[in-house]
Parts: sequence; C-alpha cells; structure tokens
Amino acid sequence: MTLPDDYLVYPKRRYGMDHDWYDWRGQPDLPPIAWPNGAAVAVWLCVVLEFFPLNPDGKPFRAPGSMVTPYPDLRHYTTRDYGNRVAVYRLLRLFSDLNINASFAVNSAVAERYPSLLHEIIAGGHEVIAHGIDMDRLHHEGLSCQEEGDLIYSALSVLESFTGARPQGWLSPARLESTRTPALLAARGIQYFCDFANDEMPYEFRTESGNLTAMPFSHELSDRQILIDNHHSEDEYVEQIVDSFDRLLQESQSAGRRVLSLPLTPYIVGLPYRIAAIRRVLTVLRERSKVWFTGADALHAAWMAHNPRNSR
Amino acid sequence: MTRRDPELYDYWPYLDRLKIIWPNDARVAFWVAPNIEFYEITPPRNPQRQPWPRPYPDTLNYSLRDYGNRVGHYRMMDAMDRCGVRGSVSLSVAMCQHHPELIRDGVDRNWEFFSHGIYNTRYSYGMTETQERAIIEDSIRTVEEATGQRIAGWLAPALTHTERTMDLLAEYGIRYTCDLFQDDQPQPVKVAKGRLISMPYSLEINDVIAYNSYLATPRAYGDMIRRQFDTLYAEGADSGTVMCIPLHAYLVGHAHRIGPFEEALRYITSHEQVWVTTAREIADYYFEHYYDVVLADIVNRNGVGLKDHP
Repeated sequence: MTLPDDYLVYPKRRYGMDHDWYDWRGQPDLPPIAWPNGAAVAVWLCVVLEFFPLNPDGKPFRAPGSMVTPYPDLRHYTTRDYGNRVAVYRLLRLFSDLNINASFAVNSAVAERYPSLLHEIIAGGHEVIAHGIDMDRLHHEGLSCQEEGDLIYSALSVLESFTGARPQGWLSPARLESTRTPALLAARGIQYFCDFANDEMPYEFRTESGNLTAMPFSHELSDRQILIDNHHSEDEYVEQIVDSFDRLLQESQSAGRRVLSLPLTPYIVGLPYRIAAIRRVLTVLRERSKVWFTGADALHAAWMAHNPRNSR
Repeated sequence: MTRRDPELYDYWPYLDRLKIIWPNDARVAFWVAPNIEFYEITPPRNPQRQPWPRPYPDTLNYSLRDYGNRVGHYRMMDAMDRCGVRGSVSLSVAMCQHHPELIRDGVDRNWEFFSHGIYNTRYSYGMTETQERAIIEDSIRTVEEATGQRIAGWLAPALTHTERTMDLLAEYGIRYTCDLFQDDQPQPVKVAKGRLISMPYSLEINDVIAYNSYLATPRAYGDMIRRQFDTLYAEGADSGTVMCIPLHAYLVGHAHRIGPFEEALRYITSHEQVWVTTAREIADYYFEHYYDVVLADIVNRNGVGLKDHP
C-alpha cells in the first residue's frame, strides 16, 4: 500500500493557517478590550436547549445525546426531554436567585414544541441564540447549499417569531458545520457563531458573504465533557471551572481582559443531584472581584465596540 | 513479510544494571517535550489512518488542536519558564512556516527542536524509502534554517513508522528516537549503520494519554507526574533514570489544567539530584559516557555477538 508522490506536496505550507477562514493570532497579540464597569473576566453562561427526535436519521452521524437503543428508545428520549421540562427550570430559578443573565442556544423545534419555555427565558431577561432546527438536522457537507440555507432560514424565522428579534448568534447542532455554513449564516444576518473552540477571545472569521465573529465557546469545560465523557465527579467539575476562572482572573492583571464561557446542558447539570454543583460554581464566581456575567449578545457588542469589523 | 519482533533492541533486565550517574550526581535526567504540532484541515488521504474523527470539515476537532498554538502554548511556556525548564520540542516542522513566532520564542529560550514530521496529519505508513528520506531531509533543512540547530532526535509524525525508520534516522546522523517505550533508561538501538539510542519519552505521563485516554482530572495528572518522578528518583540512586513529560498545549494549556501541572513541575525541579535538561544533552552525555559500556553489558548478558550492533 504505497502512497502517491503528491503525498509529500504541501500546497498550504505558508505563514498563518492552511485555510482562509481566519488569521493566525497568538494570545499575546490580542487587541485591546475593555468590559463594562472595569470587569476583568466576562463569564458567559450558555444553556443549550436541544430536541432529540425519537426516530433520528443520524446523518452524517447521531449527535451526542441522540437515541441509542433500538426504536423506540423511550429511555433516552425522555431523559433528554426531562431537560426541557424540569431541569431547565431549575437553572432558570438559579439564575434568578443569583440575578445572573445567560444565553440560551435553542433548537427551533424546542421553541415550537414548548413556547412557554421560550417566554420564561425572555421574561427572565436572557438572550436567545439560534441552534438549528433539532439535533437530527446537522449541517454537513452532504447537504446542498439550498437545503442548508433553508435550515438556517427556518431556524432563525421560528425563533424570531417568539422573541420578536432576529437572533444575532448561532451555534450549530453538535457543533458540526459544512464548509458552507459560515457564509450561509453571514448571508442571513448572523453576527457571531460559536462553533470553533480554538480561542478564548472573539476573532474575525471571513466568509464570501461578509465576515462573522467567531465567539470563544469552551468544549473542555462543558458539563458534557467533564461529567459525561470524562466521568469526573460534581466536585471535580466545580473545581475545574473555579480553577479556570481564577487563572483567567490572574492573567487579566497583566495580559488584558478574559472570557470564561460555560456550556450548560439542562439534562446533565440540571439533575437534582447536580444542580448544587452549578450553584456552587456561580456562587463562588459571583463573589470574586471584577466578574461580569453576560449573555453572548452583550459580550459581542462589547468586543465590537473596541474591534470594529474589517470591511471587505 | 512482517516480523514477529521489531528486532530493534535486545532484552536487558532491569536488575543489577551498571550504574549510570548523570552530571552533578543527578539520579534523574528530566526533560519536558512540548509537542508543537500542526494538523491540516484537508490532508491528502493515507489509506491506513483517518486524520479526523468526524466527516470533513471536522472544524470542531481542528479548532481544538489549533487552540494549542493560539492560546495554550503561551500558558505552557510561561509555566516552564517559571520552573526554569527548557523545552525539547517535538516539532511538526511546517510550524516553522505557519507560526514562526512560536519557533522564535523557543530559540530565544535556548530550547531544543527535534522533528515530529512535517505535519501531524501526514502519516509514514506506506511511505517508500525515497519518501521517508524526503521527510527526514526536509526536517533537517527546515529546522536548521529556522533555528540554526541540527536536529538530534525524532518522534515519528503521529507515531507512524515503517520498518526502515530507525536505520534511516541513524544514517542521517540523528542520535535518538523517542518512538520506543521499552525502558526508563536510554538504550542502543540496532540499526544498519551508525549509532542510535532510544530516549525514554512516555505514553503514560503524556498529557494526551492522561487526559484523553485515562480521562484524568488536572489534579490527578499532577499526582501521576509526582508519583512517576518519586519512583524514578528512588531507583535512580541505583542507576540513573530518565523522566520525560510529553506535552500538548492543546490539552495542558487550558486555564483549568495549567495550575496543577505547574505545581507538579515545580515539585520535580525542587529536588536536589535532578538534572533538568534537554533530550539532546542527555543523548550527548550518554554517548560520551555510557553507550559503549551499556552495549557491552547487553551483549554480554545476552551472549550475542557484537555484529548485531555495528
């Protein structure tokens, strides 16, 4: 099994990245930024509200959290539905108790199925980010441009009908994208998206339909990664998030402002035996100095105020 | 024809070995190997290994790697600076073109650079001898141009090898390989001509294995590092050992991980009889003082002819 000669040809071996989506930027070269009220670390909580159909097609794969057993997988369906019926209200109550605003990345199917949940989110003063249609409608290379554009248009329109405003932000289901996704998002008015995990600060992302902001959205600190995939305990979850915050706070003293993003999945972290862990995280962080709890829209606005987008 | 045994080294029991003493009576030669890697989003296909777990374009996993170079690297480097540890960099040499800033930072710190292939998404499986020579020659040339250093070591890209790899490394004057995990001390490697040693690296204390295979918490990883060191430090009183911590900034460089790692690093460097060094310096010292005597001991114990070791 030999390799062709062009296996050792390197057409993208050049300064910067091996694509044109964004420029290389090392952490020391961050542009100047300030958060409101002199805050040092912005804490962006993002609750992910997902609908997992009982009969997924699974194209091109089943998203994490999808059905597992032979049909009908009532066990996983209802476990996930618990998140949208019960656990999310625990989180909403917690945010209300602590007077904290968050983002909610919402599958449009959740909005359509549970409109009262959307009203609670809006009434609580939280922000809504578009999160596709549902967890079985993934944005992958096998879709035509038209098909994918329709998915995006539909997801945005449904959310707008509930919130009264076009969402500014986007998170792809399962963080899966096609090569076309960013341009399709930009063409439909999206300002920022949260699919890349390569930075801790926003950066500018090029598309042929205008530029987007890539928001820093943690993968390693997500409840799914730590509690489910890594099998760490609730105490270890708390410890890692607080450690992360404290390191960022320390760095901010010499190196500029920082962002701690925290993906929260109701059916994971909103369980009765886990809700105390996230309460502890938020209580500890709230007592630290110079912390700004924010949704992504406000975070993005603060970034853009100092880093206006390059025109093309 | 495949082999049942790689035929790269002889059995050498960890019992009554001759005493290796590192400089200044050190018991452990300690080195840290940051892997500074570039993973391409669209590498050419190698039929024996897929580059990404998800369908193209796997932007999630690509971006998780890219994090290491954009963000994590600086935290890792700062922690090493604070503990007085120089890196021996396992380098995707195309990084010299992509992110020369990171290379210059290492040169400024007197770090060592050795080759980890051109990209970590170009696998050696199936390479012809000509192709494998080309990546070695490219590595030598690229690192020399960027750093002024002649590479002394090798870690195969993504740990992908051929049966010829070790012979070719020795032929090009590369002095150590990090690809063999059979020992906690260096050992002569059987090659067609020239001389090559295996340099203890680690797939256990490696952050990729600790975090992605063992799913360790940051504190658990710190404990693993300390326990590994305690044992090698104790045994090093009988005969000097080598301890390596292989790192990947895309893992250890996260804000929630760097603190416990730095504490473990400081624990090691605060010991008296530790030689905090680079792989090249270990190899140089070993070739000068121990290669011949160790080889004689191995040959003697195995009753094999010296012909196996040119």
